[in-house]
Amino acid sequence: MHELSLMQNVLQTVELSAEQHHICRINKVKLVIGQLTMALPDSLLFAFEALKPGTIFANASLVVEEQKARCQCRRCRQEFELDEFYGLVCPQCGNIDIQVQGGDEMYVDFYEGE
Amino acid sequence: MKVKLESRLLGANELIAHNNRNMFSSRGILVINLMSSPGSGKTTILECTIQELVKQIKIGVIEGDLYTDQDARRIEQQGVEVVQINTEGTCHLDAQMICHAYQKLDASKPQLLFIENVGNLVCPAEFDLGEDLRVVVISTAEGNDKVTKYPLVFRRADVVLVNKTDLLPYTDFDVEKVKNDIGLINPSASIFLVSGRTGEGMEAWICWLLQQSKNKLLSMNGTSYLQMAEGRK
Ligand SMILES: Nc1nc2c(ncn2[C@@H]2O[C@H](COP(=O)(O)OP(=O)(O)OP(=O)(O)O)[C@@H](O)[C@H]2O)c(=O)[nH]1
Ligand SMILES: [Mg+2]
Ligand SMILES: [Zn+2]
Repeated sequence: MHELSLMQNVLQTVELSAEQHHICRINKVKLVIGQLTMALPDSLLFAFEALKPGTIFANASLVVEEQKARCQCRRCRQEFELDEFYGLVCPQCGNIDIQVQGGDEMYVDFYEGE
Repeated sequence: MKVKLESRLLGANELIAHNNRNMFSSRGILVINLMSSPGSGKTTILECTIQELVKQIKIGVIEGDLYTDQDARRIEQQGVEVVQINTEGTCHLDAQMICHAYQKLDASKPQLLFIENVGNLVCPAEFDLGEDLRVVVISTAEGNDKVTKYPLVFRRADVVLVNKTDLLPYTDFDVEKVKNDIGLINPSASIFLVSGRTGEGMEAWICWLLQQSKNKLLSMNGTSYLQMAEGRK
């Protein structure tokens, strides 16, 4: 799937920034991945492990935080989280007009290195 | 040392997609991104659609395919300009590929640009190309559960085309269930039932599409719309 190209993107971004900060070894990279995206944390970890040998990431660990979508019913204003994404239905009143906030983010939160 | 980045993984793609969108808008081009699983009927629907529209409107097509140019050849037979993108194993198109490919079409001044994405319901959903409409094809032969199994692509769809309706009698596909599932995650999506084999239902989809293209032209300023309409005669 596309996790490999996403991860190449991540490494490039971090490498560029590390260069500017005169960092030549990365210890940790943290990603935030929304629940509604199609990127699988396990595949991201796999891609990271596959790409890191021989680079400044050789000894780095990857942490992936999954971000839940926050939902609010436009009728009764009930706020809720999606446990499993199969349909946007208000658990309180059954309304399907739901405002969704977040859950589709994908970003590098921070990295650590020296 | 800890460095806070907060840089978006697809930030680069989103930037290029944004530029594509502005460039297409400035030319009044309506851009359609066609997505589906392999074999749902994207190319067949394109063939039917182009056949109807080719006399009324200038059409360009970008064909995404892993390795071959078979679909591009099929489309070429319809007498429209086609550019092939071979992704060489990458499972989706991205905005940069579209930007490149379109340069080869610009001279032919299309008003309607179709992009056939790589057959895959997962990855293409994540990549904005700068399109106006995301059209997802689902066929009656692939089972009832696609909407709930691949919610992202359906959540972001503007149109869902349910294809191969001629096969309905031979499958357990439940049109009402699928409509309902789409309604739950994406109530504003337009749904059309079509058959690329018999042509049934194509008229409604094509009329709708033509209207969208007119709206797009009208959203530019009035004079340039008139100039373009004149230019096509
Ligand atoms: N019975 C029936 N067959 C169809 C219909 N539409 C397409 N097909 C057939 O389904 C097969 C796949 O159609 P394509 O149009 O090539 O599908 P596609 O989505 O472009 O496939 P990829 O580009 O490989 O992802 C072909 O053999 C078509 O003839 C339809 O409405 N009914
Ligand atoms: Mg095709
Ligand atoms: Zn409610």
